[in-house]
Amino acid sequence: MTMLLHIYPLTGVALVGLGLYGFLILRHPLRQILAVNVVGAGIFLVLGGLGRGAASTDPFPQALVITGIVVAVALTAFGAALILRVAEDERAPDDKAAAKTTDDHT
Amino acid sequence: MSPLDLLVAVPLALMIAALLLGTWVRWLLLTAIPVMAGLTVWLLLLPEGSAHVVGDWNLPLGVQLRADGLAQMMVGATAACASIVGLYALHEFAPGPDRSETAHGFAFWPLFYLLWGGANAGFLSTDLFNLYIALEMVSLAAVAMAAMGSLRAALRYFVIALVGSLAYLLGVALLFSNYATVDLTLLAATARPDLATKTALAVMTAGLLIKAAVFPLHGWLPPAHAAAPAPASALLSAIVVKVGFVILLRLWFEAFPTIVAPAGLEVLGWLGALAVLYGSVQAIRQNVLKALVAYSTVAQIGYLLLAFPLVATAAGTGGAWAGMTIHAVAHLLAKAAMFLAAGLMLEAVNGKRLEDLRGLARAMPLTVAAFGLAAVSLMGLPPSVGFIAKFLLLEAAVEQGAVFAAAVLLIGGLLGAVYLFSPLAWTFAGSDTPVVVSRAPLRTAAPLALALLAVSLGFAGQAMVEVTAGAPWAGPPTAVAVDVR
Repeated sequence: MTMLLHIYPLTGVALVGLGLYGFLILRHPLRQILAVNVVGAGIFLVLGGLGRGAASTDPFPQALVITGIVVAVALTAFGAALILRVAEDERAPDDKAAAKTTDDHT
Repeated sequence: MSPLDLLVAVPLALMIAALLLGTWVRWLLLTAIPVMAGLTVWLLLLPEGSAHVVGDWNLPLGVQLRADGLAQMMVGATAACASIVGLYALHEFAPGPDRSETAHGFAFWPLFYLLWGGANAGFLSTDLFNLYIALEMVSLAAVAMAAMGSLRAALRYFVIALVGSLAYLLGVALLFSNYATVDLTLLAATARPDLATKTALAVMTAGLLIKAAVFPLHGWLPPAHAAAPAPASALLSAIVVKVGFVILLRLWFEAFPTIVAPAGLEVLGWLGALAVLYGSVQAIRQNVLKALVAYSTVAQIGYLLLAFPLVATAAGTGGAWAGMTIHAVAHLLAKAAMFLAAGLMLEAVNGKRLEDLRGLARAMPLTVAAFGLAAVSLMGLPPSVGFIAKFLLLEAAVEQGAVFAAAVLLIGGLLGAVYLFSPLAWTFAGSDTPVVVSRAPLRTAAPLALALLAVSLGFAGQAMVEVTAGAPWAGPPTAVAVDVR
């Protein structure tokens, strides 16, 4: 029984390690954000798994996990949008740079 | 209702209103300033330690907001800074001659209110998970503001800030599993020096050091802060880094003072000392004005960390504690003033290097004066509030025989004088007066008002020391007396 109780937090810790490893060796920002998402999933699993008792389940960590997932989704979307904008900028470096400098002085 | 939750809820409501208002969005500020000023005064009048649980959910389940001396000081300084920076931004992001709003104008205002609300939540909350949400709100607004200047710098900031947040969240998860609560006040009562607690404290500290841009985790700050438009830079350097710092204080001195090892405090003190020296030397080497001001932030954050071991040594708690928190306020006001003044000067000459400033002291004396006054406070010269802070820290360091910390304080002040003097010297260089287009008077007044506040608050030093002593773990207010004569 104890083994079963610990399988979620332990998987979570493994995911955190995997995600951190990915974050450190991957250079592309999109991959880095995905790696960070793996870390986040690991943390949520630790949180949720530790609230799971033998007889009953504590709802409080689940509430934290849900809030955390909402934050993670919002941040991932924002990061993806940011990466897209950077990629657009790189594709047309000259036009964008010119447009930006005029924009700055209006 | 209490000012505690209104101080968080009102800016968030304003953010939503800003998203809906369209072309009228700028004028929302004229409602925001009086309302927030009223709420801030209400907060300052609350008795020490007044607390409020949101939605009547009691601890340990509920989220508690509390007005201690630290929160009152930081919320007050944030309100003053955000209001004045907002007035500046009113003209910075004014519609073009064809009355069309710029994209920046639309993007800035919701982020501005999000940042304000998030910062207030970060200063007032005692719930570690709620503090995580506050950190994310502030980081999101900060990254988006940085993206208005340089997308690349913003992306770098975003990725590193994300790692910092997750490290912090991992610590929260560990603490919850250990204590079944994430409220600071309850943790303080039940803290045990076991491995899980120490691991949690370590990962959370690492995450917060990233957020506060403490050396050697400061790499994201200079490019992001230097590239953003002036009002955004001012908010980023003044307010955003302070949120991480205040949460760090709450962890080390409120939740776990019985657990932190002296060695840990020493490490933070060393990081602070290195930040002061490295940031100052880098600032001296900069040729681009805004990069210089941004590196100065790295150095000034160093003083805050340098004070950690001084605060923890029981003998000097009162004085060092007051010095540290007053320094946070002093930097908040002076750095915002400096970024706004720098923005005006660079816009006038259409350049970004120090040598572009040639002769500006004659062309825009008020703006150069604002820059100079902000520099006086950052260097820690009397009678500014920066001086009061440095004086209290130095006094505590000498009392405790912390020779090294005292030396760093003095050397840091000298280096600060070196890097802040060089832009000022350029403004007086040459003999011709550059022709400068006149701007809205409000934009000239904004940095001057902030800088004058940073200098004149020095005369209220004793009152500020008494306010900071309202923190539950700070020394008694009678233990310190500011004698600056």
